[in-house]
Amino acid sequence: MHPAFSVVFFTTATGAGYGLLALLGVLGPLGFIAPDFWPGFVGMGLALGLIAAGLLSSTGHLGRPERAWRAFSQWRSSWLSREGVASVATFIPAGLFGLGWVILGRLDGWVAAAGLLAAICAVITVCMTGMIYASLKPVAQWHSPYTLPGYLVFSAMSGCVLMNALLQGFALASKTLLAASVLLTLLGWGWKLATWRHNDRLEIPTNANTATGLAGGTVRSLEWPHTEENYLLKEMGFRIARKHAAKLRLITQALAFGVPILLLVAALALPWPIAALVSALAAIVQFAGMLVERWLFFAEAKHTVMLYYGR
Amino acid sequence: MTCLPSHTDKRLGLVIDLDTCVGCQACVTACKEWNTGGHMGPLTDIDPYGGHVDGVWFNRVHSYEHVTEMGGRTVNFPRSCLHCETPACVTVCPTGASYKRASDGIVLIDEDKCIGCKLCSWACPYGAREFDTDVGVMKKCTLCVDRIYNDNLAEGDRVPACVAACPTSARHFGDLGDPQSPISHLVAERGGVDLMPELGYRPTNKYLPPRAHTQRAASVPAKALEPVRAEGGFLGWVDRMLSS
Amino acid sequence: MTRGQPRGANSAASQRPLADTRAPDEGDGVDTSPVVSDRIAKTTCYMCACRCGIEVHVKDGKVRYINGNKDHPVNRGVICGKGSSGIMQHYSPARLKKPLLRSGARGSGEFREIEWEEAFSIAAERLSNIRRTDPKKLAFFTGRDQSQSLTGWWASQFGTPNFAAHGGFCSVNMAAGGLYSIGGSFWEFGEPDWDNTKYFMLFGVAEDHDSNPIKIGLGKLKARGAKVVSINPCRTGYNAIADDWIGIRPGTDGLFVFALIHELLKAGRVDLDYLIRYTNAHVLVVQEPGAADDGLFLRGGDNALLAWDRVAKASVNAADPDAKPALTGSFTINGRRCAPVFQLIADRYLDGSYAPDAVAQRCGIAADTIRRIAAELAHVAFEQTIKLPVAWTDWAGRRHETIKGRPVAMHAMRGISAHSNGFHSCRAIHLLQVLLGTVDVPGGFRFKPPYPKSAPPGPKPAGKSVKPMTPLDGMPLGFVCGPDDLLVDEAGTPLRIDKAYSWESPLAAHGLMHTVIRNAWAGDPYPIDTLMMYMSNMAWNSSMNTVETIAMLTDHDEAGNYRIPFIIYSDAYYSETVPFADLVLPDTTYLERHDCISLLDRPISHADGPGDAIRHPVVEPDRDVRPFQSVLIELGARLGLPGFVEEDGSAKYRDYADYIVNHERTPGIGPLAGWRGGDGTAIGKGAANPNQLQRYIDNGGFWHHDFADDQRYYKMANRSYLDFAVQLGFIPKAEPIVFQLYSEPMQRFRLAARGHGKVRPPEAERGRIETYMDPLPIWYMPFEEAAVDPQKYPLHALTQRPMHMYHSWGSQNAWLRQITSQNRLFVHHRTAVGLGLADDDWVWVESINGRVKGQIKLVDGVNESTVWTWNAIGKRRGSWGLKDDAAESNRGFLLNHIIGDQTSADASGKRYSNSDPVTGQAAWFDLRVRIVKCAPQEAGFTEPQFERFQQPPHFRPSPDMLRFGVEFRHERESAE
Repeated sequence: MHPAFSVVFFTTATGAGYGLLALLGVLGPLGFIAPDFWPGFVGMGLALGLIAAGLLSSTGHLGRPERAWRAFSQWRSSWLSREGVASVATFIPAGLFGLGWVILGRLDGWVAAAGLLAAICAVITVCMTGMIYASLKPVAQWHSPYTLPGYLVFSAMSGCVLMNALLQGFALASKTLLAASVLLTLLGWGWKLATWRHNDRLEIPTNANTATGLAGGTVRSLEWPHTEENYLLKEMGFRIARKHAAKLRLITQALAFGVPILLLVAALALPWPIAALVSALAAIVQFAGMLVERWLFFAEAKHTVMLYYGR
Repeated sequence: MTCLPSHTDKRLGLVIDLDTCVGCQACVTACKEWNTGGHMGPLTDIDPYGGHVDGVWFNRVHSYEHVTEMGGRTVNFPRSCLHCETPACVTVCPTGASYKRASDGIVLIDEDKCIGCKLCSWACPYGAREFDTDVGVMKKCTLCVDRIYNDNLAEGDRVPACVAACPTSARHFGDLGDPQSPISHLVAERGGVDLMPELGYRPTNKYLPPRAHTQRAASVPAKALEPVRAEGGFLGWVDRMLSS
Repeated sequence: MTRGQPRGANSAASQRPLADTRAPDEGDGVDTSPVVSDRIAKTTCYMCACRCGIEVHVKDGKVRYINGNKDHPVNRGVICGKGSSGIMQHYSPARLKKPLLRSGARGSGEFREIEWEEAFSIAAERLSNIRRTDPKKLAFFTGRDQSQSLTGWWASQFGTPNFAAHGGFCSVNMAAGGLYSIGGSFWEFGEPDWDNTKYFMLFGVAEDHDSNPIKIGLGKLKARGAKVVSINPCRTGYNAIADDWIGIRPGTDGLFVFALIHELLKAGRVDLDYLIRYTNAHVLVVQEPGAADDGLFLRGGDNALLAWDRVAKASVNAADPDAKPALTGSFTINGRRCAPVFQLIADRYLDGSYAPDAVAQRCGIAADTIRRIAAELAHVAFEQTIKLPVAWTDWAGRRHETIKGRPVAMHAMRGISAHSNGFHSCRAIHLLQVLLGTVDVPGGFRFKPPYPKSAPPGPKPAGKSVKPMTPLDGMPLGFVCGPDDLLVDEAGTPLRIDKAYSWESPLAAHGLMHTVIRNAWAGDPYPIDTLMMYMSNMAWNSSMNTVETIAMLTDHDEAGNYRIPFIIYSDAYYSETVPFADLVLPDTTYLERHDCISLLDRPISHADGPGDAIRHPVVEPDRDVRPFQSVLIELGARLGLPGFVEEDGSAKYRDYADYIVNHERTPGIGPLAGWRGGDGTAIGKGAANPNQLQRYIDNGGFWHHDFADDQRYYKMANRSYLDFAVQLGFIPKAEPIVFQLYSEPMQRFRLAARGHGKVRPPEAERGRIETYMDPLPIWYMPFEEAAVDPQKYPLHALTQRPMHMYHSWGSQNAWLRQITSQNRLFVHHRTAVGLGLADDDWVWVESINGRVKGQIKLVDGVNESTVWTWNAIGKRRGSWGLKDDAAESNRGFLLNHIIGDQTSADASGKRYSNSDPVTGQAAWFDLRVRIVKCAPQEAGFTEPQFERFQQPPHFRPSPDMLRFGVEFRHERESAE
């Protein structure tokens, strides 16, 4: 599948944003953070900013973005529509929660309820995003039990690492949060490795025989219906060399998981403000790593239509 | 509405005979020509005279070499929308642009509602949908919905353009939901198959597989030729035959 | 609801409209009944040589849609990939806009626009001078011309013998091979009996002129379960759906057929009765080596051919229907030893050298397969005989209660014809058909009227005498019956610029278009002044040895003048040949013109009846262009050519349409056969009918006559048919047409080579004539294969056009070029392994003539010693309105670059045209190559590359986007 930047950035940014939002929505009301202006302003700004940027970026993928509002109508059948609805719906409790925290300076009562609701909405939205891909049977690498948990785990992971950086930035360091960041990153790493392992061993029942209805033997593409690349090849025919993919997997592991873990562990031992800088660096590096991960998520996904093209 | 109709009155579709298709591209350009001025038209061509030419087409013909222990065969393979009974391209559509008609089962796109998110093309395993970058919407085979019911065409012409054009008679059209229809009989007789049945989209269109070579070769039950047994050999035989 | 009889080809129950075509009440707002057009014009397609009937839907003066005409006898409603893309051809940005006069160097593409008046006066002045001095200095060669009865007649009235169309390049071997054998041919002039045949053999055909009829026919065979056997090195197109694909080695089809004949003879599986009734198998051939009549037929006192009556034990008129002729034996009659033709056939083909085991390796076909095919042929022909319950009467008045048929049919084309042994291979296939008794019988190969004609048909080629201001005494192209008919002078030097009907190519019934440029350049046999060409891309894919051809077109003599002094060219598009013209006459598209598809030329008949058709303007040209035929008629009038002017010197015909209606070639016979006579009731012969064109238009653009049931078969000997054929002017007399298994005209050439007769070949040509003018079919190794070192050039290389561009100006077509804009070289997997090549590699394809670079694609479905590619995809930069980055000129390649236009030098140093020695057919399938992986830095682009042509004035760059059809939608939407 073609790794369009608009979509790569959309899923990565909203994943991190919703993760952060969910943590803020839960940890705020739990008293984990004081209802101070700046952490609230920066935290909620960052979460909602990432979400908004991601959603805006996703409209870059649309042929007719001015009609995007229509996407809220088919929630009964379409995961994309559900995601649209959920993402917008999330803004309501998230907005109230943010207002309560930042303007009113409180994290209790209805603000807490709004926070918790926002967290639930965020999780639901991430699930919807994951299901967009997990529901696509023509892409076996996506239509797998690993996809939806993956989106949740990466959302939680990048949200937590962001949250840690945020709290560190306000010198509100929490060893628990740091530890959670490390653990979630380890979990993400493990999940990604397991996903890759699963995909690399995937035995796909759909092949050129079933695609053409020609039973038995081998079916080899002789001539395409057209010489130059068409929409299908550009959109779904993206190919990545095995060597190239292996390199990018290493980079993913380093940036999204390995380096952040090292930095986070170092932050445990380092004094403020170095710990804060290191935590921020971990979040940034991880975000970059997740962009690579998401790029690979598309690039390594093979669509059944390419069976017709012998790719 | 992208929820699927629980039942369609008809299941209109095509049957394509891979035993007979010579890969001439007639259906391909007949489709292009009708539809570029039709319901979903234009079928835009980008860079039509240049090195990166890329047009919208609803029907494309591949060719394959199918090699089994029986030998090899070149198979020409037209590919277009199969008007599935449970098409994911419809249900994934967030806007209701993509829909399946309850009356005849044709899968269509309402262009005015399409936001061009391309998800339907991801959801279709068959590559039936093509994006028109010029207008930013998805387009696809309409089963010539503007021909098959068109009062302004002679009645005999109210079939999909590809079926009308096919010079080898390799394409058929009809109601596959009616087991008594001629097209259903054809499918039953020739063992018509679904493409990627394992994905469960229940395509309406069927493909008739090529008949096995040996089966056809055996249709000439010729005994090996024996030299004539006659005095004087062949020439003696000729004389005898003429005299008899 | 009621429904009439289904029309058209696709009318199976599973191809008809829904029983109820009323739109269901879906409520989705879809307009299921848009208005398609304001009017429908029924005319004839011109996207290739098939000439299908089309319905052009016009909306607001713009072509909206083209579909097949269901009533048309050629395509019965179907339409091919080209036909449906006609819109893109019609609206092509490469269309010429105005007459052009060269302003820069020839070949540069620098032109200035001129008015038609200036164009006419330049052409008329030039041609008038030629006609006044030496008319043969005009060479007029057309290409995919469908108006040869006009263009040939024009040349004849001008007085030049130097006329031909592209048949010599295309398939004259098929035409001559058939016409000299059975008085009809494969090609589009005959067809298998699709409704009755049970066993169909297809030789060297992946696509053909008769494109849609063959496809419709194959569909019928498939529906009936008849067996299809294809003999072809490449498994594409029709061969893909064959039940049996026999991947023969190129150029060995004749040998394969001889092995089949060998097996059939040996087993006594030939139709002796058919042979006696319809062929010259029983005619006696003089066997007196050294004598002047050796090998000629034995004739009686009244010049009648003789046979030996077995019962009477005496010679008898071979045509006597009551005779009991012998087919074997040796006799001495009137002091001449002689033997029946059949004896000679048996002697030759029963020889062990034609046994399956002896030919298997050379053909690349297992001997068992050959034996199996022979057995199957025999089985179907003799065990599955069919009888149609129709009584008929033969020429001799014998009534037959049924029409008996042997349901084996054959068709052959390019793969047979484009070899230097193609004429004989084609004759071999006809011999096979005739031995099985399957020509023009139910289930067999059938003639399309006006065929069959006598084998060979008349008249003979004109051009022996060329005088200023004098028309030829006939048409330039015809059929020779012996050395006396050749167009050579006393020294044996050719009289025609292309050397047709010379000792080098005696039976050149279609001329040798492919030799004209070289011969004109070399002044061999003489220099010419003006080369006039129409619709023939001779500076590119209609030439062999393109690189040198281009050089010859632009070469200068010592004085600095072009060696070919003046070139006039007419084309509708900016093709690769236009830039080489000095004067360009822009033609219209096929939707803007009148045309006739005439029985005098290449009609649209099918086996069940004759037919012809017209084109008429569907839309008006939006450019200053004129149909070439009308231009030619005006030019004829300006030159004062007889037949083109009235006695007072005024133009006889207003334009081509006027000519089509009013021209009479012989009294009562004109270009169109339908609706003749003052009241339009006559067919074939009759006075001109001023309303004729309207009658054609009213009838859908064509005329077709359906035979009575008893006229449909055995046309060579069917009294009712023969009488009809005379009535329509197809044949002069209602005499039976005898299949010439043994060709006496060919033997006459051999006798001349042996020193007999008045007209004898020069010493140097005698060996060739003796060898190749064998009166019975022979096989010899194709010339290039025989000449080159098989170790150095181990592969055959073929080129064929894809179905969607066959015989078409396809590469500029915005739709068709999307399907194929780069051609690959197809190589067998195992061959590639041996050469260390992988899929998608770029290779040099090298022949003795040069090298060209392209990309390979590995396949299984090809003969292992053969590589092949799609032809005419490669285009020169700056032509056809294509952009500079188009794949056609960057990755596509033209195999023609490396096909020699001459043979290797023989012992005396002489080089002949790379052609069949009998007919002059271009032997572009003889090519031998090697393929070599190119260096890494050489990959990715084709070579040789040519300088980009400049664009004609007012040529706008081709558009970056096409939204064809959007206007119809806007109109629909605004109407809502």
